[in-house]
Amino acid sequence: MSPNPSAAPVCKVRLCYAKRGKLRFTSHRDVARAFERALRRAGLPMAYSQGYHPHPKVSWLGAAPTGAASEAEYVEIALVEHLDPEMVRAQLDAALPDGLAVLEGVLAGPGALADRIDASAWRIEVRGVDAAQLREAVELLLAAQTVLVERVTKDGLRSLDARAAIASLAVQDAPTVLPEPDQLGRCGILIAVVRQVSPAVRPDDVLSALGAVAGLPSSVLVKAIRTAQGRLDDDGGLVDPLAADRASARTAVVGKALAQSDDGWHQLDVAGHTG
Amino acid sequence: MAGTSVFEQLEPLLLRVSKPVQYVGGELNATVKAWDTTTVHWALMYPDAYEVGLPNQGIMILYEVLNEQPDVLAERTYAVWPDLEALMREHGVPQFTVDSHRRVGDFDLLGVSFATELGYTNLLTALDLAGIPLHATQRTDDHPVVIAGGHAAFNPEPIADFIDAAVVGDGEEAVLEITAVVRGWKRQGRPGGRPELLGRLSTIEGVYLPGCYDVSYLPDGRIAEVVRNSQRAAQRVAKRTTMDLDEWPYPKQPLVPIAESVHERMSVEIFRGCTRGCRFCQAGMITRPVRERSIQGIGEMVERGLAASGFNEVGLLSLSSADHSEIREITKGLADQYEGTGTGLSLPSTRVDAFNIDLANEISRNGRRSGLTFAPEGGSERIRRVINKMVSEEDLIRTVSTAFGAGWRQVKLYFMCGLPTETDDDVLEIAHMAHRVIRAGREASGSKDIRCTISIGAFVPKPHTPFQWAAQEHPDVVDQRLRKLRTEINSDRKIGRNVGMRYHDGKPSLIEGLLSRGDRRVGRVIERVWRDGGRFDGWSEHFRYDRWVAACAAELTPLGVSLEWFTTRERGFDEVLPWDHVDSGLDRDWLWDDWQDALSGREQDDCRWTPCFDCGVCPSLGTDIQVGPSGRQLLPLRPVAADNGH
Repeated sequence: MSPNPSAAPVCKVRLCYAKRGKLRFTSHRDVARAFERALRRAGLPMAYSQGYHPHPKVSWLGAAPTGAASEAEYVEIALVEHLDPEMVRAQLDAALPDGLAVLEGVLAGPGALADRIDASAWRIEVRGVDAAQLREAVELLLAAQTVLVERVTKDGLRSLDARAAIASLAVQDAPTVLPEPDQLGRCGILIAVVRQVSPAVRPDDVLSALGAVAGLPSSVLVKAIRTAQGRLDDDGGLVDPLAADRASARTAVVGKALAQSDDGWHQLDVAGHTG
Repeated sequence: MAGTSVFEQLEPLLLRVSKPVQYVGGELNATVKAWDTTTVHWALMYPDAYEVGLPNQGIMILYEVLNEQPDVLAERTYAVWPDLEALMREHGVPQFTVDSHRRVGDFDLLGVSFATELGYTNLLTALDLAGIPLHATQRTDDHPVVIAGGHAAFNPEPIADFIDAAVVGDGEEAVLEITAVVRGWKRQGRPGGRPELLGRLSTIEGVYLPGCYDVSYLPDGRIAEVVRNSQRAAQRVAKRTTMDLDEWPYPKQPLVPIAESVHERMSVEIFRGCTRGCRFCQAGMITRPVRERSIQGIGEMVERGLAASGFNEVGLLSLSSADHSEIREITKGLADQYEGTGTGLSLPSTRVDAFNIDLANEISRNGRRSGLTFAPEGGSERIRRVINKMVSEEDLIRTVSTAFGAGWRQVKLYFMCGLPTETDDDVLEIAHMAHRVIRAGREASGSKDIRCTISIGAFVPKPHTPFQWAAQEHPDVVDQRLRKLRTEINSDRKIGRNVGMRYHDGKPSLIEGLLSRGDRRVGRVIERVWRDGGRFDGWSEHFRYDRWVAACAAELTPLGVSLEWFTTRERGFDEVLPWDHVDSGLDRDWLWDDWQDALSGREQDDCRWTPCFDCGVCPSLGTDIQVGPSGRQLLPLRPVAADNGH
């Protein structure tokens, strides 16, 4: 219960969590606040930053944008005691509100998690167009060299090349068509792998790019889910960023190896919204 | 079908609005119940933005009290911002609750808590979006019963057309009695329809139905009389008073929003009521008598609330928190208990004369040492006697000197402008006080880096206070006085640059004055403003003075009254006031005498420490002061850290 602000961190736990359902409308700040409170409620022995306003050491990796759901968000927490990462996962999961679920916890091995993530896989449900229309648009987009789209960022209106960030893009048939015969009854699903570049190219930028090359109706509705993050491999797939930690946890003599990783801790910057 | 979710229709709209998280619910400790297995369905509304409404203690308490009843379902709804309102209208999405996204129109009851009258236009938006006719007389058996509560309900006349009922006073017991009436009526097969239900509600103590009273007017515009038209309703509706706060330890499970809100802390009401007798203060007048929560009750609420919420700050709320008879033991006990846990304490509303540096040190021990805030309210000794805010300038200087000597560097002072009998000189005294604070601070701290911020609001006379008869000052006069004050502060540049001055222009206060002391005729003004686009009038970026002035001209002129008539006109003793049939327990003659004492600058003591001065509340309502000291201690006694296994 009682954090000891002066205790040194002895281990890091990397967590994969999901942002689901209604909570897809949370911003990164909202999620961070919910985590901080859940960590307090769960009573985990958090390591705290030094200084007059100690904060629990929580390091975020680029968060999915407000409005997008995700099954693959990552965060690292520093603890002042060695704990079973599965227990940490379960306790934190129980303390978080519905819609935020902790899927996996692993002890951090060597290397920075951020170095293992450079792309996201997205499943983007598009209502208002059917799969055939989407396929045509995707072909046009992939054939283009560059497709500039505009977005309002905090620095004003920015123009970015959405095409350059797209590693792969395909269309899946929607499993069911909604009963309404109106325009929004039509639905297609995009499967995209998008590189994490700066400024970020988000699912709605991909849609804008499709609109720019193929003139899609402006009233399409989009529901995006990030399904994975990781490093792009040569085949265009994503390497699970926690795989290396799982492997090192299996091979390491648990306890000893962890004690040695103490000095490996350094706080990662809170990355902005990347996607 | 009743009770089903509209989230499917709402969801696509949320991608197109700012801060969509405020509309999705999912707060920690929110309650979601089944519609079909519960009998009585309450929608509770705070008629302002979610970020303001969510932390509201009144709504949070009633939400929990109601949901503890097995056959009652209570959900919350807040005002939607104009961006979402426009989309909801375009796509036919009705006003919804955030808990389960049910249609507000499906509920049996819509309870709306008004902390300020500037929320009235937001009530109309919600009713309209919910498909509930704006006028109570147009509603049928299919519509919820619309009930107002909160401090503004002590004069519900300006919204009499739009509400079916108002609950006057504390709501904890009243909502349960209302629930029982609705439950019984529904179980009997709704005999007599809506009129019978309303008739039954009118028999509950503290429940006021405007429709049970007829108002007539004199040729000069004043009220001739208010006559009861139903034998079931009371002649005067007396307010409800919840006695023994320890029996009502709510909220037990504070709602923790995922969105950012204005108060991110675990709040505990340490007492209710105040008898300091500040004559401008409606809250202090209408919440009498003082009822303290015991030190153990406070300790248990804090412990349970922190565990349930994960908050890292505890707010000890009341109208004047340092006045709790055991405040020293409470703050020390909590600071000991949560030592080393990073849990901060905050004590809003502290009086200069009840404050001392030990208290300040306990409050800041585990958390931030922010600025100190005091409210002298009036700049001159004379005006402070008029308003009965008896803090002396010497007290203030002594207190801030000690604080500056102990390391504080900032003090914030609250004042009002436009008080009865006020002259320019009274206001200019504020500058002298601020200058003295800076000089004293520099001397005590040995540093030039001392800051004093003065924050000034325009005074609004409120019902059920000794100033209910007073003329409100015109905004032009208020603004002019504040300009002179600014000049006076800067007359000594070396000191003036350390004094910050914050004020809003006086125009919204004039409209607040209209809505506070208005009668039923003001309802048409509210409706016209709303039809003209008026929303979120408590927000300066949405408030438009000209819209209110134009609506007053159009609606009030034909009736022979005006905006000025309702605000800047002084009332006489014999005038029937719109809220005279709402009984706050205060004796009308006592209020008048206190008003006369104010005009001659005579002070009134606090009945907690001096004999009863016969304000009338306790004998007429059968209540009593409940104060300590109890001599007991904060429970549990063990510090949290000592029993920590980690």
